[in-house]
Amino acid sequence: MRLRNPKDFWAGVMFALIGFAFAYVVKHFEYPMGDSRRMGPGFFPYYLGLVLGALGVFICVKSFLSDGGPVSKFAWKPIFWILGAVIVFGLTVKHIGLALAIIVLVLLSSFGGHEFKLKEQLIAGVILAVGSVAVFVYGLKLPFPIWPAFIG
Amino acid sequence: MESLIANLSLGLSVAFTPEALFYCLLGCLLGTLIGVLPGIGPVATIAMLLPATFTLKPELALIMLAGIYYGAQYGGSTTAILVNLPGESSSVVTALDGYQMARKGRAGAALGIAALGSFFAGTVATVLLAVAAPPLAQIAFKFGPAEYFSLMTLGLIAAVVLAHGSVIKAIGMILLGLLLGLVGTDVNSGMARFNFSIPELSDGIGFVAVAMGVFGFAEIIKNLEQGEEREIFVNKVKNLLPTKQDIKDAAPAVLRGTALGSLLGILPGGGAVLGSFSAYTLEKKIAKDASQFGKGDIRGVAAPESANNAAAQTSFIPLLTLGIPPNPVMALMVGAMIIQGIQPGPQVMTDKPGLFWGMIVSMWIGNLMLVILNLPLIGMWIKLLTVPYRLLYPAILVFCCIGVYSLSNSPFDVVVTAAFGMIGYIFIKLECEPAPLLLGFILGPMMEENLRRAMLLSRGDPMTFINRPLSATLLGIALLLLVIIMLPAIRKKREEAFVED
Repeated sequence: MRLRNPKDFWAGVMFALIGFAFAYVVKHFEYPMGDSRRMGPGFFPYYLGLVLGALGVFICVKSFLSDGGPVSKFAWKPIFWILGAVIVFGLTVKHIGLALAIIVLVLLSSFGGHEFKLKEQLIAGVILAVGSVAVFVYGLKLPFPIWPAFIG
Repeated sequence: MESLIANLSLGLSVAFTPEALFYCLLGCLLGTLIGVLPGIGPVATIAMLLPATFTLKPELALIMLAGIYYGAQYGGSTTAILVNLPGESSSVVTALDGYQMARKGRAGAALGIAALGSFFAGTVATVLLAVAAPPLAQIAFKFGPAEYFSLMTLGLIAAVVLAHGSVIKAIGMILLGLLLGLVGTDVNSGMARFNFSIPELSDGIGFVAVAMGVFGFAEIIKNLEQGEEREIFVNKVKNLLPTKQDIKDAAPAVLRGTALGSLLGILPGGGAVLGSFSAYTLEKKIAKDASQFGKGDIRGVAAPESANNAAAQTSFIPLLTLGIPPNPVMALMVGAMIIQGIQPGPQVMTDKPGLFWGMIVSMWIGNLMLVILNLPLIGMWIKLLTVPYRLLYPAILVFCCIGVYSLSNSPFDVVVTAAFGMIGYIFIKLECEPAPLLLGFILGPMMEENLRRAMLLSRGDPMTFINRPLSATLLGIALLLLVIIMLPAIRKKREEAFVED
């Protein structure tokens, strides 16, 4: 079977899966439903989930009645490097300090771009690190360690 | 009238202090900066600056954040005109005629008329805000939970109608947003929902994480996917003042743009983007000679630029009077207010008149600053445009990461934001508009709360939503909107409005 409108089809699948998953979680973990007068914590999300699930199924079905372009390819390179760099920053900043974490963030995320110029990116990283420490740590007093834990 | 003057002078006393002027200027500068830079918009910027406003006084924080939003409308036009790239999504249509004017060597006139038109629109919108807000807040005081629920339903439906692209997918995005907003502890029972035993999730998913992931990271990935091509008219910018003929041509367009933008800004789901698109379409429709549109017609710059600025400002009306955000930027303002311990709603005006009127007056001051800043400093903003994207996006990432990490000083929010970056990218691929999602996300808990209260008050009778006249009216309008949008003829029109050739 050929998908006539892949974008809509997959959007429908996404909505259906998430919607029914929410409804399933309400049932599975037995969130109290309450009654219409005193609604429990399960009531609103359960019905909302069912509605979204049903809508998803509807979008899926409807996608076979119209034509649409294919889903363009995922750009895995920037996804990997950008999101990866962000996660690395989040996990390490407490230990290696803001200054170093920023330089690592700039370098790693640069791999996601079209061209990588080590010297240029290093300079950019250092400038951003110095500027951010000045503005955010000294200026706005955000509680970041500046230097790596093993030094300071 | 007298009370209006009294209110405005109270506002002036708050907004005209050196501190307030400084933060207003800072907000305007930042707004212009991100407006000029393509690939970063007010949603991501306000999201990343939220933690930095923790320590500020509430009025200063809000004055600065508001400045970012309307400042971005000024900055966005610069990039649109000079580079043919929208610095902001609300400047997409400005690029059509603005860039053509620049190619004909009339960049100065285009920039000048955009700034002056925006200033005029900003002034009108500020007055409108000052005049319309108090009576609206009076109505809002009559609202019970049933009315609030119906109003939010109307708001969400309007957001669907006004969103780009597929109506049905926009409804899906709203429902998805509502559900995601429910993750976390239920206020009524104290029960943690959908947290899967992750302690951080019992506080819910941070809306900053959602906003920054979907609007910030996903955008960067999308931009990196495309190549980088720019042609900048840096050297050709002179004669910033438009000629008499320009003003004569543009003035009616500015007026119409201001009126349309002001109106669309108030509507839920509206805001700057919709304002500029509609204003451009309107100009094209009513022009006697529309042949020059897309080839450098000054009306094609004047109308959308006035409209987006007017809309940016009037979108504060539902936020400040009803406590309901009409668009994602206002949703973030709700967050900023809550951080400061202010519950958005009609009581803000009565409980904190200084804050309320100070903010309104500061908007006018900010607009004045922006005209002054933009015209002479245009050269500096143009310089910024020569910074290549490969240096720009790591800088954006740095500020985003610092912002998210500071929310709770834990890696958790950063990881969640990265996850939403991926989710947002999938949305882009599947052509699902993210703005309705964020709106649903903010309104989810509020809607549930009001639904439960309304049902409790009515002893479980759902007819309460129809028996109460105000509530019934709001639901009726929502239903009407839904029916209208489903009509084939209107659907075609709507698609046309959003597709620009």
